Amino acid sequence: MSQNININVNYLTRVEGHGNIVVEVKDGKLEICRLEIVESPRFFEAFLRGRSIYEAPHITSRICGICACGHTLASIQAAEDALGIKPSEQTTLLRKLLLHYEHLDSHLLHIYLLVAPDLVGVPSFVPLIKTHPDVVRRALKMKRLCNELCDILVGRHVHPISTVVGGFTKLPRVNDLEEMHKRLLELQKDMEATVELFSKLTFPDFERDTEYVALVNDGDEYPLLYGDIGSTDGYRVSKYEYKNVTNEFIVPYATAKRTRWHRDSYAVGALARFNLNHEKLHPKAKQAANVLNLKPKCINPYFNTVAQIVECVHCVEDAIRIVETVWQNGINYDEIVVPDINELGKLPQRAGEGVGAVEVPRGLLIHHYECDERGIFRNANCVIPTNQNTHNIELDMLKLVPEIINKSQKEITLALEMLVRAYDPCISCSVHMVEVNFK
Amino acid sequence: MSKPKVAFFDFACCEGCQLQVANIGEPLLDVLDIVQVVEFREVMSEKWDGEFDVAFVEGSITDEHAVQRVKRIRERSKILVALGSCATIGGVNGMKNSFQLEEVGKYVYGESYKFFPTIHTKAVHQVVKVDYFINGCPIYQPEFLTVLKCILQGIPYYVPEYPVCVECKLNENVCMYDRGLTCMGPVTKAGCNSWCINNGNICYGCRGLTINPNTEGFKEVLKKYNIPEDFLMKKIEMYNKCKELDKS
Repeated sequence: MSQNININVNYLTRVEGHGNIVVEVKDGKLEICRLEIVESPRFFEAFLRGRSIYEAPHITSRICGICACGHTLASIQAAEDALGIKPSEQTTLLRKLLLHYEHLDSHLLHIYLLVAPDLVGVPSFVPLIKTHPDVVRRALKMKRLCNELCDILVGRHVHPISTVVGGFTKLPRVNDLEEMHKRLLELQKDMEATVELFSKLTFPDFERDTEYVALVNDGDEYPLLYGDIGSTDGYRVSKYEYKNVTNEFIVPYATAKRTRWHRDSYAVGALARFNLNHEKLHPKAKQAANVLNLKPKCINPYFNTVAQIVECVHCVEDAIRIVETVWQNGINYDEIVVPDINELGKLPQRAGEGVGAVEVPRGLLIHHYECDERGIFRNANCVIPTNQNTHNIELDMLKLVPEIINKSQKEITLALEMLVRAYDPCISCSVHMVEVNFK
Repeated sequence: MSKPKVAFFDFACCEGCQLQVANIGEPLLDVLDIVQVVEFREVMSEKWDGEFDVAFVEGSITDEHAVQRVKRIRERSKILVALGSCATIGGVNGMKNSFQLEEVGKYVYGESYKFFPTIHTKAVHQVVKVDYFINGCPIYQPEFLTVLKCILQGIPYYVPEYPVCVECKLNENVCMYDRGLTCMGPVTKAGCNSWCINNGNICYGCRGLTINPNTEGFKEVLKKYNIPEDFLMKKIEMYNKCKELDKS
């Protein structure tokens, strides 16, 4: 029995951004257990003021390099909502395609490079180059394929170029569709190998029941780009009521805001989406869930990574469907939009307020904008998935530590690091807690 | 000869430039053959407490803690490389410098703003000496590999001083000014192969202003197309606000 434990993980590794884990056990009693966010804030919401709402996707993309396309899409949705722009069917399809690429790219980075080393007990993917060269090669190849898909569709993955308010500044040509199709078929094969590989690996055994929150819809599509906000506790509200979901509150030892809805905390992300929308997954993804032993309602947070693998299978299949649909319909190049801050006045300008709610790799992302009649920012507010998970992670840690308190400090530290990593936290994003009172 | 020890560090940024490095894909394995990456927090748990042959620093410097940290990194590094716009020119974080710091803090964090002490955003070279600059938001991978080769051979890398327009013309893009738009290409350092314009967007100036821009010529262009100068200044500020802090 460890009577005294002091864990101080400064700058948690293999996560995006800077966070610390602090645990103190005194005389066998857990006294402190918290996840601290120590990223330098950049004050995005403050310096958006005075900029054109048409610049929002370009600027907010820079909140995060890993979820750049997700921020861009949420930003576009909020801006178009404020300006009263309705995207065309073609634009919506291509945005859904981009969101699939975003999920694939981010999930694969997390699954292979950030989580897998823990499952085989090494500090990073570097030692795996020698021990599992085929796996490392496959991981890097899949990453490259995802990047190439984004390059073809929007110019690049980190800070997409051609996806803007109103649509796309460049549309794929037929040979681009062909190239994307070819790469997706390759990814399809690689996903089979990925499912096979992870079915042999063991994830830690730990459970804590919580409320899972994700976008939901009435259709049969797995909701990622549009939907209402739903919960596994049976609630559903429109995206405009997001503040009634997040109920941000402050804990005395951390400056970052936390969120809770019907319980002490809730979780967002791949596992939340799976728990709420598993029936809408592509049949192949359902099959993968079976093979990987993932069943709804799964309450083991370590299985978030498994849910990501299942989502990757779904995203590849649905991306193939979209590319084929666009190919068959033919692309209407008249829809190409002129970029920049609407100097040509091709798009409407008006005073307004808009909300974008998009499921990005780490969960529900909200952008909320308000602009004046010239389309200049008055206020901006972003609610980031990682912030919504922070309190849930801490409550998980509180339940986990007593269960493993007889292990060595090193083992406890690793278990906690793995727990935080499972949520795939994105800390660069999460320092954007904002206090804006929209009137 | 032992492999050069390379490390990656990040300050206020989105970590997208490090990700661009991780995204190089399989060629990365060739890179890992010739260098030893000893620290790269985003994707590795290994830590190193010795000296670095090459330290890549991403992000801009936005608080006292960061000033001290980057100075320590400088002391331990033979070569220090500023990676990406935030590090080379302050990047979008520089826009904060257009506001009063206290007001910015209060706007975002309310009364708890005091927990987030912040200073005017600075580029890395405005705090410590920088040996190599890799511009761009995000960095352009071919340029990263070119600079890496220069570093390993011990030769300088010269960032192009001609504007993005030069590459843009070679790529046969229709000029944005002819399309009735305002583009930062004429005053921005080349080296990105006019990435954004190739994809139908304008240049936002993320690689920094050319050292000796043809200001008068550019004013003529603005006049010809009837574009107010302050409109352009706002555009320049998106990436280049920190330039005001350069002691020239």
